[in-house]
Amino acid sequence: MTTIAISQPRVQQRSRMGQIFRYLRRNKSLAVGIFIIFLLIAFTVIGLLTISPSKAYPLQAASKKPPSLKYPLGTDFFGRNLYAAMAVGMWQTALIGVLAGAIGTMIGVVLGFTSAYFGGPLDAAIKGICQILTPIPGFLIQVIIAGSIDKRSVTIYTMAFIVVLLAWMGPTLVIRSQVLTMKERQFVSVAKLSGVGPMGIIFGEIMPNLLPFIAAAFVGQVFYSIFASFYLAVLGLGPLREPLLGNIIWSANGQGAFFNGWWWWPIEPAVAMILILGSLALINIGLDEVANPRVRKAE
Amino acid sequence: MAFARLLIRRLLFLLVVIWAASTITFFVPRLSPRNPVRERFAALARSGGFSPTDLEKIIAAYNTKFGFDKPLWRQYTDYVGSLARLDLGLSANQYPKTVIQLIQESLPWTITLLLTTTILSFIIGNLLGAVAAWPRAPNWLRSIATPFMLLQGVPPIILAVLLLFFLGFKLKLAPLGGAYSIGVIPHFSATFVWDLFKHQILPALSLIFGSVGGWVLSMRGMGVTIQGEDYVIFAEHKGLHGFTIFRDYFLRNALLPQVTGLALALGSVITSGILVEGVFGLPGLGSVLGAAIQSNDFLVIYGIVLFITVSVATMMVIVELLYPLLDPRIRV
Amino acid sequence: MTTVLQVNNLQVTYYTDSGRARALDGVNLTLNSGEKLGLVGESGSGKSTMALAMMRMIKLPGRIEGGQVIVDGNDLMALSEEEMLNARLSEITYIPQGAMNSLNPVMRIGAQMVDAIKAHDSKSSKSAIEERCMEALESVDLGRNVFRMFAHELSGGMKQRVCIAIGILLKPSVIIADEPTSALDVVTQRQVMETIDRVQKDIGCAVILIGHDMGLMCQFVDKVAVMYAGRLAEVSTVRQMFSDPKHPYAQALISSLPSLENKGVFHGIPGLAPSLLRLPSGCTFHPRCPHVMEVCKTTVPALRTVPGGAQVACHLYPEKA
Ligand SMILES: Nc1ncnc2c1ncn2[C@@H]1O[C@H](COP(=O)(O)OP(=O)(O)OP(=O)(O)O)[C@@H](O)[C@H]1O
Ligand code: SF4
Ligand SMILES: [Mg+2]
Repeated sequence: MTTIAISQPRVQQRSRMGQIFRYLRRNKSLAVGIFIIFLLIAFTVIGLLTISPSKAYPLQAASKKPPSLKYPLGTDFFGRNLYAAMAVGMWQTALIGVLAGAIGTMIGVVLGFTSAYFGGPLDAAIKGICQILTPIPGFLIQVIIAGSIDKRSVTIYTMAFIVVLLAWMGPTLVIRSQVLTMKERQFVSVAKLSGVGPMGIIFGEIMPNLLPFIAAAFVGQVFYSIFASFYLAVLGLGPLREPLLGNIIWSANGQGAFFNGWWWWPIEPAVAMILILGSLALINIGLDEVANPRVRKAE
Repeated sequence: MAFARLLIRRLLFLLVVIWAASTITFFVPRLSPRNPVRERFAALARSGGFSPTDLEKIIAAYNTKFGFDKPLWRQYTDYVGSLARLDLGLSANQYPKTVIQLIQESLPWTITLLLTTTILSFIIGNLLGAVAAWPRAPNWLRSIATPFMLLQGVPPIILAVLLLFFLGFKLKLAPLGGAYSIGVIPHFSATFVWDLFKHQILPALSLIFGSVGGWVLSMRGMGVTIQGEDYVIFAEHKGLHGFTIFRDYFLRNALLPQVTGLALALGSVITSGILVEGVFGLPGLGSVLGAAIQSNDFLVIYGIVLFITVSVATMMVIVELLYPLLDPRIRV
Repeated sequence: MTTVLQVNNLQVTYYTDSGRARALDGVNLTLNSGEKLGLVGESGSGKSTMALAMMRMIKLPGRIEGGQVIVDGNDLMALSEEEMLNARLSEITYIPQGAMNSLNPVMRIGAQMVDAIKAHDSKSSKSAIEERCMEALESVDLGRNVFRMFAHELSGGMKQRVCIAIGILLKPSVIIADEPTSALDVVTQRQVMETIDRVQKDIGCAVILIGHDMGLMCQFVDKVAVMYAGRLAEVSTVRQMFSDPKHPYAQALISSLPSLENKGVFHGIPGLAPSLLRLPSGCTFHPRCPHVMEVCKTTVPALRTVPGGAQVACHLYPEKA
């Protein structure tokens, strides 16, 4: 077959920062999401620097005070300073989310990768376990686990651990299917034909193409972990002493906060939760546009 | 014939899932070094919650289920055997009701609420997501999807709290909770049905607003790929009208993965459903589960978890068996 | 011979992140009824862009900046959206690059043919429409049973034929086939080309075949157009193009084809294809051209007919006396 020599026109490179900035200006979801995350981090850092975390625990302030100069976010029924409680609670929420998200994603990447790349009985086993666990609502299993351990011994780390137990199937399946399709793609076959070894193919060809999906899976897992730990805490299954956002809502609901007029008490963690999960959702949408260039809008 | 084989395979799969779920509910409590059952009954006996004979019966019921004196494998086989007889045990809190009775009483509430909200949000979410991914749709139509995508990050339970506060408490547009107005005796009349309906509005809104965004997002992601597919472009080259392409070439293909997504989402649908029920005090599975968690009524917790798991797995298998009707590539 | 297609000064720009890419820079082309033209050029030279522009199917970030596409005396660029919908398939047909995935996987082949006819003709009865579809299938050597099948039940060559059958349903005046044979095996390639050849004779339309495979294509076309960086470098008959190419780029192309004489020696074309973002001034080929002159760097050569009948855009050839 006679084929005309193929060469691609070169595209002029602009400076990297400039390009990122230009891209963020167009990818509004990513930009806004990152912006909100920065605000939340700033709030937490400033909070932790300006007030002692011990003020986040009961009997540290006058109780049931609405927001004022003395107590910028008010205090709750039990005498927590909510400003301190929110800062500590956000930090703990982020800790659980990132910890459980990272571990879950790591497990998922390793399992999904081995499963898809090497195939065989290993693949069958991993896929089978995922398939069997998928129909079981993970949250309910977590309810059983969390409900069966001594509530006094539950810590932030126990929470993260409980969440991770059921948080790796999603990334495993996503990475597995991506690797499967990539294995079929041309560039991998070409690399194979030209004698590149399996490690070379994994790290040279597949990994770079997988990165957007790993990033998306990580954000998704952080999202999921925050969601799950929040749900557990709202049901009263979290570490009850800690000012986790879910715990604050749980105790506010338990004391009938709205009906007693202490509106700031449940609203503050609720708004924080909306901002956290909303910004993660925005970043997810944005990353989706990276992984899926066809979403990109024309200028 | 091929279908019979598939059916048998899926039913076997269902059995495995049920087995896995029951095994988890059996072993997980045992991983804890404490004995929650004993502690619970000690506490109950101290507070004198019920007569000593009742207490004996309950403990006996727990012992057949969790007979801690027997060897572990006997406990396990007994447990599986009782499940096979659909015996989920007795409630400690509402003795002498069985767990099955509690489920039967609360289930209709949960099914009504979840079925309507799930169907509505699936339809609304997928249409909005499809339109958002469709470049030729008018901009105002495409932008309707955006607020829902943002709401996607908000757990329905937070929406429930916010809606309850603003619409219920502040504006007094809807009742604050319960299944029907206090003091009304359930009967069949237009006013009573209206009363029931009013009490379902806020829970339904929380669930719909909480889940539409998810559908929008996944449909938009799917749709963006599909709208660039060669067959959609070729359809344009054929000179078809935009709406025909949208419906027959774009939507039909983009919806297929969403149907699978629906099966996969059932678990989280039920999770948010029961949490929201709890917030509004609707007498569904969620409130029963919440009360059981508060009072350490273990058999009820395990029974409801098992029941939900089996239902979700069954529905997933049904969806999977129906899927070939939608996708000709997977004819059996 | 009547002129069925006349492209005048067609211009397309893609507004990309890194700048404006002039993918089509003033293309002129004339085709008579029954004529078959092969359009060749490097990847990225703008062949598909030209085809899509003729269909008015350039999508954002691309824009048709100007020009005329006159089919049977009507300028497509002047039509309303609605009229253009109607002109697609009935006046001008595009058989897409990658016909492998051009059929809707969840609709029967028949339904995808019927809706195409219905979009242009709301009067015919259902049975008449179905009969037309069956005939179209038969004319591309497919059985009538394909009507009831799904895309996944067809081989690649059959799918390509279905696309051709759809393309000829309304007997258009111009058919553009974009790499109709890529991803097919050699035997099937030839059969598909023969099919195109036959339906072209049946309905007497003009055909533009886009492709990389000069060897295969030139057995089926009358004329060859060589595209370089969004402009036509040379348009001439197959015989002239192979025996006596005029444009230096066309000469390089032809001599890079393997033949018995230069067996085993591959002559690439020196230099890189230009970035569409910063096209060289004057003749875009001048940085790579062995015959480059001062005038080439400043003045764009127009496409003009040279002695012998070929049309060439190169300063080496003076205006026909
Ligand atoms: N959607 C687009 N956005 C930006 N640039 C585009 C787009 N489509 C095409 N281009 C640019 O326009 C130029 C011409 O592309 P075109 O697809 O017409 O080339 P082609 O000659 O058909 O190539 P091939 O032989 O690979 O099919 C290329 O440089 C390409 O980068
Ligand atoms: S115009 Fe000049 S540079 Fe361009 S091809 Fe002809 S001789 Fe070469
Ligand atoms: Mg092309």
